[in-house]
Amino acid sequence: MARLHLWLTDDAPASRWQAQAGQAFRVARSFARSPLAMLGALIILVLVVTALFAPWLAPYSPVGQNLGERLLPPSWAHWMGTDELGRDILSRVIHGTRITLLIVVMVALISAPIGLVIGAVAGYFGGWTDRVLMAITDVFLSLPKLIMALAFVAALGAGLQNAIIAIAVTSWPAYARIARAETLTFRNSEFISAVTLQGASSLRVISLHVIPLCMSSTIIRVTLDMAGIILTAAGLGFLGLGAQPPLPEWGAMISRGRSFILDQWWVATMPGFAIIVVSLGFCFLGDGLRDVLDPRQREGR
Amino acid sequence: MAAPTPPISEGPRARHRAWDGGTAVLRFATVTALTFLGLLAITFFIGRIVPIDPVVAVVGDRASQEVYLATREALGLDRPLLVQFAIYVRDVVTGDLGTSLTTGRPVVEDLKRFFPATFEMATLGILIGVSLGVPMGVTAAARAGSWIDQVIRVLGLLGYAVPAFWMGLVALAVFYAGLGWVGGPGRIDIFYDGVVPTVTGLLTVDALIAGDWQIFRNAVSHLVLPSAILGFFSLAYIARMTRSFMLDQLGQEFVTTARVKGVSPRAVIWKHAFYPIRVQLVTVIGLSYAVLLEGSVMVEIVFSWPGIGNYLTTALLRADMNAVLGATILIGTVFIVINRLSDVLYRVFDPRSR
Repeated sequence: MARLHLWLTDDAPASRWQAQAGQAFRVARSFARSPLAMLGALIILVLVVTALFAPWLAPYSPVGQNLGERLLPPSWAHWMGTDELGRDILSRVIHGTRITLLIVVMVALISAPIGLVIGAVAGYFGGWTDRVLMAITDVFLSLPKLIMALAFVAALGAGLQNAIIAIAVTSWPAYARIARAETLTFRNSEFISAVTLQGASSLRVISLHVIPLCMSSTIIRVTLDMAGIILTAAGLGFLGLGAQPPLPEWGAMISRGRSFILDQWWVATMPGFAIIVVSLGFCFLGDGLRDVLDPRQREGR
Repeated sequence: MAAPTPPISEGPRARHRAWDGGTAVLRFATVTALTFLGLLAITFFIGRIVPIDPVVAVVGDRASQEVYLATREALGLDRPLLVQFAIYVRDVVTGDLGTSLTTGRPVVEDLKRFFPATFEMATLGILIGVSLGVPMGVTAAARAGSWIDQVIRVLGLLGYAVPAFWMGLVALAVFYAGLGWVGGPGRIDIFYDGVVPTVTGLLTVDALIAGDWQIFRNAVSHLVLPSAILGFFSLAYIARMTRSFMLDQLGQEFVTTARVKGVSPRAVIWKHAFYPIRVQLVTVIGLSYAVLLEGSVMVEIVFSWPGIGNYLTTALLRADMNAVLGATILIGTVFIVINRLSDVLYRVFDPRSR
C-alpha cells in the first residue's frame, strides 16, 4: 500500500501510464477532501444504482392501479403514499429515476459534442469561420432557453424524445463558448505547430488534439448544467409536453398532484423532493469537479 | 472580438473619442438587430417544422389539386424560402403576428392585454430579489466562512435545484390554504374583478390611481406570493454573484490600505469595496430580470396568473402556433433588449470599458 502510494505520487514518473495514474490519484484525493463534492457524488451514484435496479428496488409496480387504495397518506406500506389511481408513489419515484437519467444523459450526449465541435472549429480556424460561428452561438445564448424549448416542443409535438431534442437544441451554445475559449489558449502553442508540421490535417488536429483538451472544462460545465436540464425537463413534464402518462416522470407526477395539493399534499410534494435531491447532487458534484479540475474557476472563499 | 480599426496616424484626441463612440453605437445597433433577426429566423424555422401542412389546414385534405395550389400561392408558400422569410420579418416588424386560433383575435392585441400582468409580477419579483440578495451577498462576503455565509450558500444552491412550479404549489398550500396569509390564485378576488378602470394594466397601480385602497390591498395580497417566489430565484443568483464580486474587492490592496488607515469596517465594506462593484451588479441584475421574466411562465401557471406565460402554455396545448410564436417573440425581444441595455449601462458606468 505504501509503495503504491509512493509510486502514484512520484515526482518523476517513469512511464506515461504512471503519470496518468498519478494525476488521477491526485484529482481523486483532492476531490475526496470536499464533503459537499463527496455528497454530490454519492447522490448521483445512488441515482444511477436506483435507475439500474429500479424493478428490484421498487416495492410495487409503477403503473399498477389499485383503486381500493387511492390517495393513502404516507405509511409503512406506502412510504410516500399513493396517488389518485392507487399507485405507490415511492415505486413511481424510483422508476422515474430512469427517465430523469435518460433525459440528462441524452441531452449531454447530443448538446456537448455539438458545442465542442463548433467551439473547437471556431477557435482553431479563427477569422470568418470564428465570427460566423460565434455570431450564431451568441444569438442562441441571448435567447430565453425555456421559452425556446417550449416553442420547439410545440412544433415537434409533445413527448419524451422531442423534449430531449428541444432541451439539447437550446443547451449547446454554452459549450461552444467554453470550447472556443479553451482552444484559443493553446491555439498557437508549439505542440499544435509540431503536429501540423508533421503533416496532420486540420480534422486530425481538431479531433485528436484540440477537442480532448477542451473536455475537462466542458464536462464540468455539463455537470453544473445538469440541474438546469432536470428542472427544464420537469417543467416540460409539468406542462404535459414531456414524458406522457403513464410514464412516472417526476414533473408530470407533480402536475397530477396539483389538484390534490390542499388535502393530499404528498402526491405533488414527494416527486418534488426527488427533483431537488438529484439537482442538488449534480450542483455539489459540479462544484467539486470544478474546484479539482479547474482551479482557475474556483469561487473565492 | 473584432476591435474597431485604430486610426493610422495619431489624430486629435477629441476626434478619436468621437469616432469610438460612433462605432460603439453602430456596433450596439448592429448586434441588437442581428440578434433580433436570429430570434426571428428561429421562430420562422419552428413555424416551418410543424408537421401540419399549412395549406391542408386551410383547404382540408379533400381539396382538389387546383384549389390546393391556388391556396398555396395565396399563402405565399410557393415562393423561395428567403423571400418568405423577408415577408415574415416585415410582418413582425410592422406588428403583424397573425391571428390566434384560440381567441380569434390578432396575437399582438392578446399580448398587449396579457403582458402587464407578467410585467407587474416580474418587476415586484426583481425588487424583492435585489433588495434582499445584494445585502445578503455583501454580508456573506464580509463574513466569509461564518454560519451566515453557509446559510446564504445553501439558499443560493437551492435556487438552482428547486423547481419553481413545485415551490409555487407548496407555497400556495402553506401560505394560502394553511395559514391564510395571502390571496389565492389569480390577480384579484372575483368580486373585485374589473371594478377599477384599466389605465396601465398593472392592477396595483390602477387601484392607486382610482384611489381604491381595498382593491389595492387585495391585488397586493394576490401579487405578493408569486413575486416572492420569483424573487427567491433571482435572489439566489444575485447573492451568489454579489458575494463573489465583493470577495474580489475585499482582497484588493486599496481595501487593506483603508483598513490600516483606520476606516471603520462598515465604511470599508460599503464605501470602498461595494462602490466599484455596483457596475458589475447592474449587468447581473439585468440578466436576472430577463431570466425572471422567462421563469414567470411556470409560476404563472401554478397561480393561474393571467399573463404571457399562461397565454403561451394555453396556446401550446392547443397547437395555436401563431400565439406560441408571438409570445416567444415578445419574451425573446424583451430578453434581448434587457441584455443589451445592461451591457450598455455597464459601458456608461464603467469608464474603463469605454
